[in-house]
Amino acid sequence: MTMLCSLTNGQTARITALPPGMSGRRLEALGLRPGKVVTKVSGMPFYGPVTLILDGRQIAIGHGICCKVFVELLAEGNARG
Amino acid sequence: MLFNKCAGCPLSECPGKCSYTLPEDGSTDDKKVLLVGNPNVGKSALFTRLTGVHAFSSNYPGTTVGFTEGYLRFDGVRYRLIDVPGAYTLEPTNEAEDVAKRILEDGADVVVVTVDATALERNLNLTLQVLEMGLPSVIALNMVDEARHEGINIDIVALEKALGVPVIGTVAVSGQGISELISRLKDAKPGISIPAADRWNRIGEIAASVQTIEHRHHTVRDRIEDLSVHPGWGALLGLFAILASFAAVRVIGEGLIDFLLDPLFNGLLMPIFEWLGPLLGGEGSFIFRIFLGMLVDGHIDPELSFGLLTTGLYVPLVMVLPYVVAFYGVLSFLEDVGYLPRFAVLFDALLHKVGLHGFAIVPNLLGLGCNVPGIMATRILESRRERFIASTLISVAVPCAGLQAMIIGALGDLGGRYVLAVYGTLFVAWVALGRMMHKLLPGYSPELVVEIPPYRLPAFKGIGMKLWFRIKGFLIEAIPMVLAGVLVANLLSTSAFMDIISALLSPLFRGMLGLPPETVGPILLGFLRKDIAVGMLIPMRLLPSQMVVAVVTLAMTFPCIATFIVLWRELGVRDMLKTIGIMILAALVAGGALNALFALAP
Repeated sequence: MTMLCSLTNGQTARITALPPGMSGRRLEALGLRPGKVVTKVSGMPFYGPVTLILDGRQIAIGHGICCKVFVELLAEGNARG
Repeated sequence: MLFNKCAGCPLSECPGKCSYTLPEDGSTDDKKVLLVGNPNVGKSALFTRLTGVHAFSSNYPGTTVGFTEGYLRFDGVRYRLIDVPGAYTLEPTNEAEDVAKRILEDGADVVVVTVDATALERNLNLTLQVLEMGLPSVIALNMVDEARHEGINIDIVALEKALGVPVIGTVAVSGQGISELISRLKDAKPGISIPAADRWNRIGEIAASVQTIEHRHHTVRDRIEDLSVHPGWGALLGLFAILASFAAVRVIGEGLIDFLLDPLFNGLLMPIFEWLGPLLGGEGSFIFRIFLGMLVDGHIDPELSFGLLTTGLYVPLVMVLPYVVAFYGVLSFLEDVGYLPRFAVLFDALLHKVGLHGFAIVPNLLGLGCNVPGIMATRILESRRERFIASTLISVAVPCAGLQAMIIGALGDLGGRYVLAVYGTLFVAWVALGRMMHKLLPGYSPELVVEIPPYRLPAFKGIGMKLWFRIKGFLIEAIPMVLAGVLVANLLSTSAFMDIISALLSPLFRGMLGLPPETVGPILLGFLRKDIAVGMLIPMRLLPSQMVVAVVTLAMTFPCIATFIVLWRELGVRDMLKTIGIMILAALVAGGALNALFALAP
């Protein structure tokens, strides 16, 4: 299983599962939910937040939550559209 | 049909009947209109378009979340508009969303759901939740110009059919579509009701059927946006943003003081005080002392006299207000451009170490101007724990503009490295103290989850409105606090209280901090009046190392009495006392550690 925090910059993946509880709800409210395709833009050092492209928009997610989001890697494509 | 626009009208096209007047008859047949929407969708710009400048803001009872209200008249109907706090969902994930939900549950005649056309899917989530409540609604599909520019086409007629409520395309910043929106408020009706479990499926279907997206090449803006969150380039851009902001704050703040407020105060109010003096019974009387203060070299000095009318007004209106205006102006600009969330991303890792997250950078930076608005800004943080940590860190280790002037005044002549030693110690204290509170306090620190809106050109009218609200809020809250502080300082400085404390503390000062006993007085006095404290330290011919220790101790104990009172108000008595305990302990530990270091390597 791959987690969202293990993506490298520029890699694209499909979300497969969110963490339960409040963290998952906060992600879902921003439109990040199972089935969605995201591309990683960058990650800040020292376990800083990860910036993703989702539906052509940037969102930033704390490193801790990122490591609780399950994804499957996609070979090609970019969520920027 | 075309009508001539009236002077000052905010609309780009005239709706025919003018609605932009405040009600003067006090009629009670208002229709309540709620403006709801996700954050960053131009909801506030839309509100400003609809209500004009006559708006007022208040806090939702029992919360720190504010909302704005204003009026709109059209076709003989008076609408009372409420700008509901931005929410992504009505299954609340923070206090603002909780308030949004409660305001909606109070009911309304019309709900205007503002939808960002460039992010339809995410916005439809909130839209369907609002429609499920069954209130008469209309949709303002905002930023249709930007969506078109990004290659997103939305079939408005099809969307109207799918949702069952009127949909009007708008561009709030330019005013496009506003008159149509106003004229269709009366057509508001309940829309479709989708059960929660089915919501995302339905959103997918609706988006697929009404929206077409053309492939688009990467733009320069995309590139800049990606670089802004890049560890290296983003940090460089962040550094530039900070330096530019501080330069702007200094120019605006000092300009306002030197060329406007100080001359006004000295030219208009001082003659009145001089005239009032004898009427109040002259220098010796108690009333004179309370209202005008002590004479300095035979004159009333607005900074040093410590009377309610003199220092009590001079400090908030002349010394603090200009920097608050400048800081909030720069902050509102960065906010509307869309830079703040990127700033939060840059600082998140650091702030996470002290139990906060990226957005806590805003109160900390405000604190560098003046601790009072900084601590007031901790209200944007979600939990009480975060607010306590941030307020304590600001009051202990974030030096305000006045304190920084003092640090440079006392140590600048001795050499830059001593100034750096003070700033370095304060930063180390900030990290160490935050780290300790994070480890010791119960609870957890929430993670950053934030949407980063595209960079946009701000509408200056919106910035002006926001600035006005913030300044008004600051003045209403801060002036009573400063007045109370000045009164306390005035009364304490003549009582024997200070002498007793000085005598008790001098052994501690000598042993731990390596400072001569005569420095106890000035440092304690710093609690009330920092400026005088430094003035008293400079002629004591301390060694540079002793001066550094004394200045650090002075800087870390009370920044000023207004901060003390704002802490009391924001945290309550118990937590304020905790903060003060931490403050004194931290100042002694930092001063003691510095003293020990200087003894090892002078």
